[in-house]
Amino acid sequence: MLALPAAAAPAPRRQIFLGTAIACTMGTMLIGGMLATWLQFRADAPLRESAKRGFIKDWMPEKIIVPEVAANMMLIAFCVACVMAQWAVYSAKRQDRAHTGAALGMTAIIGLATLNAQIFIWTQMGVGARDGAFHSMFYAATGAMAFLLIAGIVFTAVAAFRYLGGRTKELEVVSSHALYWYFLTAAFTAVWFVIYVQK
Amino acid sequence: MTSIDTHHAAEVSAPTPAIATWLTSADHKIVGRLHIGAGLTGLLFGLIVAVLVAFERIDADGFQVLDEGAATQALALARNLMTFGGVLPLLLGLAVAVLPLQIGSRSLSFPRLAASGFWLWLTGLGLMIASIFGNGGPGGGESDLVDLYLAAFVVMLIGVAMTATSITVTALTSRAPGMGLLRAPLFSWSSLVGAASLLITVPVLIGTTVYVYVDHRYARLGFGGNKGVNEWIGWATSQPFTYLLAIPALGIALDAVPVLTRRRLVERPIAFVLLGVVAIAGVSAVTQTTVTLPWGGDSFFAGLGTKIADLLPFVLLNVLPVVGILAIVGLVLLSLKEGKPRIAAPLVFVVLGLIGILEGAAAMILRTVEDAGLAGTIFEAGEYVAITFGAAAVAFGGICYWGPKLWGRRLPDKAAIPLALVAFLGTVLGSLPYMIAGFADQPAGVLDGFEYSGPQELWNALTAVGFVSMLLATVAFIALAAKSFITGESAGDDPWDGSTLEWATSSPPPDDNFADVFVVHSSEPLADMKASSTGKDA
Repeated sequence: MLALPAAAAPAPRRQIFLGTAIACTMGTMLIGGMLATWLQFRADAPLRESAKRGFIKDWMPEKIIVPEVAANMMLIAFCVACVMAQWAVYSAKRQDRAHTGAALGMTAIIGLATLNAQIFIWTQMGVGARDGAFHSMFYAATGAMAFLLIAGIVFTAVAAFRYLGGRTKELEVVSSHALYWYFLTAAFTAVWFVIYVQK
Repeated sequence: MTSIDTHHAAEVSAPTPAIATWLTSADHKIVGRLHIGAGLTGLLFGLIVAVLVAFERIDADGFQVLDEGAATQALALARNLMTFGGVLPLLLGLAVAVLPLQIGSRSLSFPRLAASGFWLWLTGLGLMIASIFGNGGPGGGESDLVDLYLAAFVVMLIGVAMTATSITVTALTSRAPGMGLLRAPLFSWSSLVGAASLLITVPVLIGTTVYVYVDHRYARLGFGGNKGVNEWIGWATSQPFTYLLAIPALGIALDAVPVLTRRRLVERPIAFVLLGVVAIAGVSAVTQTTVTLPWGGDSFFAGLGTKIADLLPFVLLNVLPVVGILAIVGLVLLSLKEGKPRIAAPLVFVVLGLIGILEGAAAMILRTVEDAGLAGTIFEAGEYVAITFGAAAVAFGGICYWGPKLWGRRLPDKAAIPLALVAFLGTVLGSLPYMIAGFADQPAGVLDGFEYSGPQELWNALTAVGFVSMLLATVAFIALAAKSFITGESAGDDPWDGSTLEWATSSPPPDDNFADVFVVHSSEPLADMKASSTGKDA
C-alpha cells in the first residue's frame, strides 16, 4: 500500500453551523412549499359576494375570526427571540457565563410564550380541522410552523445545557442556535403575512 | 508522518455482539452496507410486484392475482418499493459508505444522524408497505390505513433527509487538507449534488403530504380524499424527481470508468458542471412543474412569440438536464475510446445502465411536447422504468466497483457480466414497449379495460419479459454478491489500480479508515503518488 505524505491536523470544521444552515434551508422549503400550496388553493377558489368588500375569493369562511392580535404578538416575540439569541452569542464570545445563560433562558421563555400564543389562536378560532379545506390547511400549515418552533425551543434547551454544563468554549452551538431563531422569524413572517394577514 | 491510533477502544472494552454492532453502529461503512442490503431487498420486492402488475396488463382475465380496484395501490407499492425502497437507499448507501473514504475522512459527519436516518427510513417504509397490504395507501378503502400510509411516508422522508444531511455536511466539511471541492472525486461531488437536491425537494414533499394527511383524516374536502393521494404526492415516484436518482449514478460512472479504462479524465471541470446541470431537474421537481411545449400542429407559426417564450422554461427544465446526461455519456464513451478498457463487471453495468438513464431522460422531452399526445398515457411508465432500472444497474456497478473495498472480496467478472447484460435487456424491454404503447394511447394507471389498435398484448408481454429479466438479474446479483463478499476471492487493497484516496487504505478499511491524515495536491492523489514512485510523468 502506498502512503501519501501526512498533513497537519485539519482545521476546525463548523459542522454544527452547517448542519443548522441545512436544517434552516429544509425548513424554508417546507414552509415555502406549504404556503405556495395555500396560495394556489386561495387563487383557485371561486368568487363570492361579501357584505363589506364586494366580490372576494370564497376561501376563508366569513364566520371565522382569526385572533390577529395574538398573531401580531407572535411576530414581535419572534423578533425579540432573535435579539435574545444574538445576545447569547455576544455574551458567549466574551466568556460571560451569566449573561449567556440569561439570554438562552429568555430565548426559551419567549419561545414557550410564542407557542402559547399559537395554541391560543387555535382555541380562540373555535373551528375544527373537519370543517373544510381552509380549516384543515390552516391547522396543517400553522401546525408545521409550531413543530419548527418546538424544535427551536429544544435547540435552545440543548444549547443552554451544553453551555452551562461547562462547554463554554464551544461557541458554535450558540451561534447555530441563533441562526435557527433567525430562520424561525423569517419563516413566521411569511406565515404571518400569507395566513394571518392575507388569509 | 502524523500517525493516529485507530484501535484504542477495542483494547479496553469487551467485544460487542455482532447483531448489536449492526443495530447500533454509527460506523459509516456499516450504515452504508445496511442501506445497500436493505436497498437490494426493497428493489427485489418492488420488482416482484412490478412483474405481477405487468402480467395483469397482458390479459387481466387470464391472469388475475390482484383485486379489482387495487390497481392504484399495486402501482404505488411497486413504484415506492423500487424508488424509495430500492434505488434511493442503494445510492445513499454507496455515498454513506464510500464518500468519507474518497475524501480522506476518518468518519461521516453526524454519523448517528445517518444511522438514525436509516432506521427511520426503514420503519417508515415498512409501515407504508403494511398499510398498502391492509387496503390503505393511495386509493385504499381502509381510512385509518390510508392515514397510516401518509404518516409513514413522512417518517420515511424524514429518514432520507437525515441521511442526506449527513452526506452533505461530510462532503462540505470533512475533506482532506488540500482537497478543495474541485479536487473532490466525481462520485463525492455527485453525492453532494444529489443529497443537496434531495434536501431541497424532500421538505416540499413532506409539506404536501402533511396537507394531504390532515385533509384526509379530518375534512376530505380539499385534496380529493384517498383518490387524491397519488395526485398530490405521486410526483415523488415520477419524472423529473427520478432524475435525482440519476445524479449519484452519473457520479459512479464518472469515477469508475476512467479507472477501468486506464485514462485520466482530463475533462473533469466539464463533468462537475454537467452534474450541476442535471441537478436543475431538482428545481423542476421542487416547483412540481412539468413544462410542456405547445407545438401547434399545422399552424406552428401562429402565436410564435408566445411559443418562443414557452420555449425558455421548456429548455431549462426539460432539455438541459438531458443535455447534461448526454454529455456525461459522451465523456464515458470518450474514455472507452481513448483508454484501454478492462472488460470488468463494474464497467459493463455502469455503461449499460447509463444508456438506460439516457433513454428515459430523452423520452421525457418527447412526452412534454403537447402535440405528441403522450400525457396521461403509459409512455411515462416507460420513462420511469428506463431511469429507475438504469440507475439500479449503475448502482450494481458501484457495488461491484467498491464492494472489494467494503467487504475485502470481489465479485467474479465472468459471473457478473452476464447479469449486466440481462439487466440491460430488462431495462430496454421493460421500457420501450411501454413507450410504443403510449403512442397507441394505452392509458396510465390502469391494469385492464383498455383497448387500442395495435398488438397491445405484445407490447405488454414484452414489458413483462423485461421486468422478469430485471427481477432475475437482481436475484442473481444478490446471490452472487452475498456469496462473493462472504467467501469470494480476496480483492487486495487496490484491485482496480485506482486513483483516489479510498484505494489508499486496506480492504476492508479499519474503524477510522486511515492511519494518517493525508494532504492532497491534485484530484487524483493516489495516481500521482503511484506515478512518482515509478518515475513516470503523471
